[in-house]
Order: sequence, then C-alpha cells, then structure tokens
Amino acid sequence: MRKNKNWIIHLLLVLGGLIMVVPFVWMVLTAGKTLPESTQIPPTIFPKKFQFINFKDVAKVLPFGKFYFNTLLMVLGRVAGSVMFSATAAFACARLKFPGRDLFFGMVLVQMMIPSQIFITPQYLLVQKMGLLDTIPALMVPGIVSAFGTFLLRQFFLGLPNDLEEAAVLDGANVWTIFYKIMLPLARSGLVALAIFTALFAFKDLMWPLIVNSSMGKMTLSSGLANLQGQYTTNYPQLMSGSVLAIWPMILIFILFQKKFIEGIATTGGKL
Amino acid sequence: MHHSKKYNKQHLFWGYLFIAPTAIGLFLLNIWPAIQTVILSFQRSSGFGNTVFVGLDNYKKMFSGSEIWQSLFNTFKYAIVSVPAIVVFSLLAAVLMNQKIKGLTIYRTIYFIPVVAAPSAVAMIWRWLFNSEYGLINFVLEKIGLNGVQWMTNPKIAIISIIIVGVWSAIGYNMILLLSGLQEIPKDYYESAEIDGAGPFQKFFSITLPLVTPSLFFVVVTTVIGAFQVFDVIFMMIEPSTESMLHTQSLAYLFYKHSFILNDKGYGSAIVVLLLVIILILTGIQMKLQKRWVNY
Repeated sequence: MRKNKNWIIHLLLVLGGLIMVVPFVWMVLTAGKTLPESTQIPPTIFPKKFQFINFKDVAKVLPFGKFYFNTLLMVLGRVAGSVMFSATAAFACARLKFPGRDLFFGMVLVQMMIPSQIFITPQYLLVQKMGLLDTIPALMVPGIVSAFGTFLLRQFFLGLPNDLEEAAVLDGANVWTIFYKIMLPLARSGLVALAIFTALFAFKDLMWPLIVNSSMGKMTLSSGLANLQGQYTTNYPQLMSGSVLAIWPMILIFILFQKKFIEGIATTGGKL
Repeated sequence: MHHSKKYNKQHLFWGYLFIAPTAIGLFLLNIWPAIQTVILSFQRSSGFGNTVFVGLDNYKKMFSGSEIWQSLFNTFKYAIVSVPAIVVFSLLAAVLMNQKIKGLTIYRTIYFIPVVAAPSAVAMIWRWLFNSEYGLINFVLEKIGLNGVQWMTNPKIAIISIIIVGVWSAIGYNMILLLSGLQEIPKDYYESAEIDGAGPFQKFFSITLPLVTPSLFFVVVTTVIGAFQVFDVIFMMIEPSTESMLHTQSLAYLFYKHSFILNDKGYGSAIVVLLLVIILILTGIQMKLQKRWVNY
C-alpha cells in the first residue's frame, strides 16, 4: 500500500520535473545545432556534431565578457549595500530606543507595499541629473538600500535572546560592540538569506538596466540578451547559445549552494 | 533633562547613525520618487526638460482611449488565470515534496531552476518552443494528431502563452515558501488522523489545507501583486505594435512604453498611479478578507 502511494508521487513529480527541465534541455540541444539542423522537420533531438562555434559567434555580436562583469558589479553593489545598511537599520529598529524609530519603520513598511514601477521614472531622472546614465553605478541605484531587507533582518534581531546583550552591557560593551560582535554573528543566516534574495532579484532585473544603460558595454546579462532578439529573430541556435551564456552562472551558483538558496528563500517568505 | 532620562544617549547616537543610510536612501529613492510620480502624472513635458502643469489631462486622455481599457482587461485576465494556477500547482508540488520519499533534493532543485534563470533568457527559450513552424510544442501537438497553434502571433492565444510562461516561472519559488509552511505542521496531527482512519484526501482537507493558510495567504498576496506588474515576458515574447501586443500588453508594459519609448513621462506616470491604486485596493481587500479563511 505504502509502496504503491510512493510510486504515484514519484510519477507526478517526474512529470512536473520534465515540464520544468525540458525547456532548458531543448535550449542546450538547439544551441549546438546548425541553422538548417534546427529547422529540420521532423526535428532531431541531438545535434549531429555539437556546434561550439555558435557560442563564439554570439559572443562576437554581444560582449558577454562585459555583461558578466557589469552584472557581477551590479549584484555585488546591491548585495553589499542592502545587507550592510539593512543590518544596521534593522538592529536599530529591533534593539535600540530613540524618537522617530517607529516613523522610520512605518516608512519601511509603506515602501514594501508599493509596486516598484512607481519609483522608476523619478529614479531615472535622478540618475540622469547626477550624470550617471549609462554607467555601472546607475545599475546599483535602486538596490543600494532595502526596505525589505530592513524588515526581514528586524525579525531576526527581535528573535535573538536578551541575556547576551545584557551581560555585554554589564561588561561595559558599547552599542557598536554589541551589534558587531554579538548580534551580527547570531543573525548570520538572515544576512545570508538577504544576500541570496538580493543577488537573485538583481540578476533577474530587466526593466531598470534596460532603461538606464543604453550602450552595449554597460548592459547586464538580462538587458544585453534582450538586444540579441532584434538582431537574430530567427537564428535560434544563436539565440539559444546566447541564452545559455546568460543563464549558466546563476544556475551553477544555485546548484552549488542549493541548500543555502532554498533555506534563504524560505526565510524571506512566510507570513504577513 | 527629560529626554536624557527617557532615552539612553548611546541608543540615540547609534540609533540615528544606524538608520541614516537606509532612511536617506529610502527617502531619496522611494518616498520622494513616489510623490514625484504623482506630481508628474499631472504634468506634460514640453521639451528641453521643462514641464507644464496640465491638471487631469493625462487621466482624461487615459480613460478616453481604448488602449488603457484593453490593457486593464489583459492585466486582469493574466492575473485571474495565472494566480490560481500558480497557487494550485505550487501547493500540489509542495505537498508531494513534503513526503518521505527518495530524491527529494533532486526534485526540489529541478523545480527551482526556472526561478534562477534570467527572464529574458526564459522568454527566448519559450519563444523557440512556441515557434509555430519549428517549435517543439507544435511538433508534439501535430504528432498526437492535433493542429499546431500560432502561440505568439494569434492575438487570442498570445495571452495564454504569456500565462503559461508566467506560471512555469513562478511555481518553484512559491513551492519553497509553501513547503516551509507545510513543514511547520506537527507530525502527530497526521498520526492521530491516521489512527482515526483518515485517507490522504481527508488528511489534506482537514489538516494540511487549514494549517498552511498563513503561508498560502502570503503566497496569494505576493503572487497577485506580481501578476499585476507583469512585464518581462510580454516585452520579450510579443512583437511590439502588433495585434498580439494590443491583446497582451499589461499596465506595466504600457507604463514602460509611454514613459521610456514614447517619452511621455507624465502620461506614463498616470498609468503607474492607476496600477498603484489597483494593487493597493486588491491588497487591502485581501487583508480584510484574511480573517475569514486564514488560521493563525
């Protein structure tokens, strides 16, 4: 009976898994085909000889080296900013008492409920005014601070026990020491979760990089790839090679750290 | 004197220092821009970076044209179909993965891969699968005796294709959130139900579903908000200025088009204000209704 039930679960999960993974498999297989091979009817599954030249050709059209570099800098900038500043702000909201604290936290909550498109035009105008259009720093702008990160880490700091802090105060530790030496290490899993969450969504961001940076050398993987479409609407082996080049880094990082990813994403959700 | 008694000096100093970057950042990048967008929606750019106040003109223009109504219809259609599909499939996957079976890590990893793929690549992959002449999907359909479908160029079908990609991309993420909700349900609830002779469906409807409602509520609220902001897939998959685009373009796409392609930032702002109002109303309604179905 028990065995029987497991068999059905596996069948359903395998079916779902195929739906999830076949598009990617088809992408890789197409990336290795010649153009005539890809439009053959009926289609062949495997390329006769895997055409690595497609990757070379697509890298000639799009500067993927620059895309990797720009995307990395954007992700690092947003992760560093949001983790650092959210940690201090969240600690202040959870553990310190000062006038205006609740007003500030109210601002954080309001920001979280508003769709991000409402900020984009004035953010763009601000970046333009600062003369930063078409630069790497422009890519980081919307993610330098994070209302969501402040909210998430505040929960972590609220959940930490009081006695460690009290003992440190008796020993004469100041607020900085308590924050940096005691609380921050205890909130490590929260910091990791926020870093993963921020990195993932920075990597996937399309509208902002598309708007602020228009020259090829300043684009990210997401916005750069969007340009390929116009150039090769029908050359699918090349389009798929471009897609492979754009998505392999994040998929590799995810597979290497999949446990951290899943745990991190699980902690960012939850209850309202 | 009064203050120094009430507040610890260290708390005051470090408190303000610690919130300063986020407070300044949120003000400059979010609070003030939100106000500016509302102001912009009452303005028209008159060239050379100058703007003139035009009152409700942008809103009048918006509601008198058919474009916005069609776009509202598209956005609601997308949300009404995709949200239940995402919730049901994510919950199903989460329940299946909450069993003691082999290979769970592999399943979980595979289901999550679409979440870590850049949306522009995802859209490109699906364009290829949906290709009406050489696409894999039409090939399979024809193989089993059905007719091929013009997935992206038929204006009636295009929105369905967008929904398929949207649902496919969102399942992994929400599955993980629901799975962590399911894992909080105490195991002995199931054991005592089993002793009472409950079958799997009874257990699902009398234990699992009621106890997962807090996570489910989170998933529903965030998925609705996400659905109303749909942009990436439409932008990447549908050719601009075609009949298909007219029948798929969402409010977020229209905002992008008017603000950054046609460069009418005032009109674009009016569109995004409308989007904000819709999302706030829907979120408000859900918050109100949560007492009726969410068990805390």
